[in-house]
Amino acid sequence: MKIVLCIKQVPDTADIKWTENNTIQREGVESVINPFDMYAIETAVRLKEKLNDAHVTVVSMGPPQAEEILKKAVSMGVDEGFLVSDRKFAGADTVATSRTLAAAIKEKVGDADLVICGQFATDGDTAQTGPSIAQQLNFAQVTYVKEITDYKDGVLTVKKEVEDGVETIDVKLPAVLCMLKCDYEPRRPLIQGFVKAHDAKIQSYGMDDIKLSPEEVGMKGSPTYVSKAFRPEQKQGGEVITPKNPQEAAKMLKDFINR
Amino acid sequence: MDNENKGILIYAEITRDGELASVVLELANTAQDLAQKLGGVEVNALVISSEFTQHSIFQNNGFDKVYVVKDEKLKYYNTEYYSKITIDVINETKPQIVLIGATTQGRDLAPRVSSTLNTGLTADCTHLDINEKGMLAATRPTFGGNLMATILCKNMPQMATVRPKVLKKAENPIVKNTEFIEMKPQINGIDPKTEIIEFIKNIQTTGKRIDEAEVIIAGGKGLKSPEGFKLLEELANALGGAVGASRAAVDAGWVDHSIQIGQTGKTVMPKLYIACAISGAVQHTVGMNSSDKIIAINKDPKAPIFQVADLGIVGDVFEIVPELIKQLKG
Ligand SMILES: Cc1cc2nc3c(=O)[nH]c(=O)nc-3n(C[C@H](O)[C@H](O)[C@H](O)COP(=O)(O)OP(=O)(O)OC[C@H]3O[C@@H](n4cnc5c(N)ncnc54)[C@H](O)[C@@H]3O)c2cc1C
Repeated sequence: MKIVLCIKQVPDTADIKWTENNTIQREGVESVINPFDMYAIETAVRLKEKLNDAHVTVVSMGPPQAEEILKKAVSMGVDEGFLVSDRKFAGADTVATSRTLAAAIKEKVGDADLVICGQFATDGDTAQTGPSIAQQLNFAQVTYVKEITDYKDGVLTVKKEVEDGVETIDVKLPAVLCMLKCDYEPRRPLIQGFVKAHDAKIQSYGMDDIKLSPEEVGMKGSPTYVSKAFRPEQKQGGEVITPKNPQEAAKMLKDFINR
Repeated sequence: MDNENKGILIYAEITRDGELASVVLELANTAQDLAQKLGGVEVNALVISSEFTQHSIFQNNGFDKVYVVKDEKLKYYNTEYYSKITIDVINETKPQIVLIGATTQGRDLAPRVSSTLNTGLTADCTHLDINEKGMLAATRPTFGGNLMATILCKNMPQMATVRPKVLKKAENPIVKNTEFIEMKPQINGIDPKTEIIEFIKNIQTTGKRIDEAEVIIAGGKGLKSPEGFKLLEELANALGGAVGASRAAVDAGWVDHSIQIGQTGKTVMPKLYIACAISGAVQHTVGMNSSDKIIAINKDPKAPIFQVADLGIVGDVFEIVPELIKQLKG
């Protein structure tokens, strides 16, 4: 089985700082693997360990520094990784991004059986790239996946979390899965993993390598654009009181609730 | 821009239980405003289902037309069938704006549709407006709620998903003489590649669902154990509310993810939100700061949760909550 992982480097959203002009400070902010992608990696590696003929390739679209996260994925047990990177990709929305990733998968991996992504990226948080890749590749899709429970004769069984419960779904490959946080934690790489990652050669491909044109990528290839970005309105906090004892606290709360 | 496209189409999601998802009426209310600003264009709906009985809801919420696509095969949501039908209806009716609830179903369907139509889709919006050029200006939080972005779309139709409980339903909705138009699904030859083989409904710890409750008692890491949440359940029962949680409490395994509130959980907008031992990280507050009244109880006077609270009480949850339950009962 040919498995492709799509992962993204994101700024650590717990570490956002503001400049004086109310824009987000980009310099000096920690970059991390998108947390949901960590579960995608873990899930892909677990599946590979269960099957005896699986090969996992990890891909990321991003700046040259994103090589780091590809190496991290290799250290966790992914077989190989490549980067799609080109200045022309800048300003891509989810449609242009998924078109680029889908083209990269077609050109550089060939007939993938399974593509695994994170359900959301914590910076953009659109949850759109996975389903759009599925559409571009004409694959089936399952979103909000918690776990792969079985694989037999080209059919994967997965658990999907929805508003009011959990669905068990059979999906025919080829397919795209979008992973939520799982009940298991992503593994820590072993020493051999670090060695493998250190030695891994991460290829980088540009727009021409994946046979796309300037109209199809980046800002030009994106139907949407940001017209304005601003800091959310800060709500004014009300009173903060330190009551003398729990009885007084409870009385204040009760009065407030009944008001 | 393509002037052929006109009107607003709302995807009228039908839930597993055959009911109209409540987000549809929230969208309908906002769509009326948008339609006005566009000079009185139509507000229409698309229903995909195996049967259709909810005519009056559409008439009583100002819809001009409802396109109904019915078939036995369409009883439950399925990506292949539903996206094909939605695309066909958009191509045939040419709306300028398509609005979809950002539910698990909507967020599965919408990108599949927009990507096929090569048009833009703005995800998980919290505010919709029409700009001076008559374009949909869709505003949404990014970077975990740290930044708001207003997004425009240069192709047609302009698509957006909106989180449930963010926009308000109309208090006095317009009543219209809605036209119901049955359309035949063109799904022969389409092979649905997914099949739901089992569904297990979440067990409800308290009687109410957090996305429906008017009072929510939410607990965080400071509750220290599942027993801590038992205390909150008691308070919830006393107030007729539901229990919610921060991600830290969910990650600790004390409560189920289905009651997590925040960026990676649910957005709620109850009349009263009581945050117990929750620090108030932005990823949490984006999911609850639109509540009418917010109370925070935290023993750290500097906890950021106090910045969004209408009433902040500095103190120990384990001392205050039992006393409050006592006083409420007494
Ligand atoms: C990508 C991403 C997505 C996230 N999504 C979400 C999300 O959807 N929802 C969410 O909630 N978080 C989310 N988080 C996590 C978020 O950043 C915080 O880590 C989390 O909300 C903290 O939970 P907490 O307030 O319960 O715990 P803590 O931050 O540990 O706070 C515990 C609080 O309890 C107080 N306390 C302790 N004991 C007592 C006591 N006896 N009485 C009174 N007060 C007490 C402490 O003073 C402290 O303020 C996300 C983070 C990331 C990076």
